Amino acid sequence: MNIKVWASVIGGLMLASGAQATEFTSIQNDKSSLHFVYKQMGVPVDGSFNKFNAQLAFDPSKPANAKVDFELNLASIDAGSDEANDEVSGKSWFNTKVYPKATFASTAVKQLAANRYEVSGKMTIKGRTQMITAPFTFTPQGNTAKVDGSFVLKRSEFAIGEGMWADFGTVANEIQINFHFLANASK
Amino acid sequence: MQKARYTLTAIAIHWGMAILLIALFVVGLYMHELKFSPLKLQIYAWHKWAGVTAFILVMLRLAWRLKHRPPALPWTMSKMTKLGANIGHGMLYLLMIAIPLSGWLMSSAKGFQTVYFGVLPIPDLLSKDKAIGDALEAVHMILNYSMAAILVGHIGAAIKHHVVDKDDVLRRMLPWRAS
Repeated sequence: MNIKVWASVIGGLMLASGAQATEFTSIQNDKSSLHFVYKQMGVPVDGSFNKFNAQLAFDPSKPANAKVDFELNLASIDAGSDEANDEVSGKSWFNTKVYPKATFASTAVKQLAANRYEVSGKMTIKGRTQMITAPFTFTPQGNTAKVDGSFVLKRSEFAIGEGMWADFGTVANEIQINFHFLANASK
Repeated sequence: MQKARYTLTAIAIHWGMAILLIALFVVGLYMHELKFSPLKLQIYAWHKWAGVTAFILVMLRLAWRLKHRPPALPWTMSKMTKLGANIGHGMLYLLMIAIPLSGWLMSSAKGFQTVYFGVLPIPDLLSKDKAIGDALEAVHMILNYSMAAILVGHIGAAIKHHVVDKDDVLRRMLPWRAS
């Protein structure tokens, strides 16, 4: 084999590995959603957040190197009713004047199965930081990828709902968070 | 001569529902004005559960009424007064059905499913829609005020029968045997 052939083989391998190592770096906000479900008097109530953003460095083939930074505008909440929306921006809930944002910074990502991963990291809400772990599926489709996952957040760990709301009899402690992101690969 | 009375079951449901419906009405007015709080959410839940109970009771009541016809109206009543009484009772039954239905539909449209005593989920016929929810809230209120107005007529008529006409229309619905 001459040098030319070797060069093309190596070049081909590099291209192939380059194609595999697609790194996803951002999310499409208009095609991403963040919903939650909480129980009020035993009744599941749906809510959502409309303003959030994420910065990623996620290569599905190298999850160990992945990094996710997520930022959420707490005032963009829809907690299920106008009355609830007014209430949750207040001091005993999110206190959005003092703490307008919730943030998440990943500390580790590991692969669970094909297209299934788990991210762990620090969630900060209302000045309190807790470790959170969330499994998610990652489905690449060319230059975009669907990211779907969920986890349960305990509101008491972040003092969400203090005072008369601290008891879980009316509003349960467990809040199910469901995220769906459409991620973009870096060009 | 044995005077015609309602059956004891009919009497029990009549007075039981009277207490339940008046309580639901008063609590409904009260809870609407409450500041958002756990108490408010609890009262709303109890109001819905009591409303579902009232709906079940009126269904049982109608089933009972089909098998056990109420005693005839006194012969002293004119055709028009009898017609008025029948229309009034018909309206009361209609409202006893329509009010809990409107409450359930409003709750669904506002995005809050009704879960009977927090255990038995009642399916949502409507999905969440703010405009429909607000419209149904108005419907629920109008139906309730209509019920209150007809109830005033119902009580007034019962007293008139007892005091002015001196017939047994009120007595035959009393839980005790008045002569």
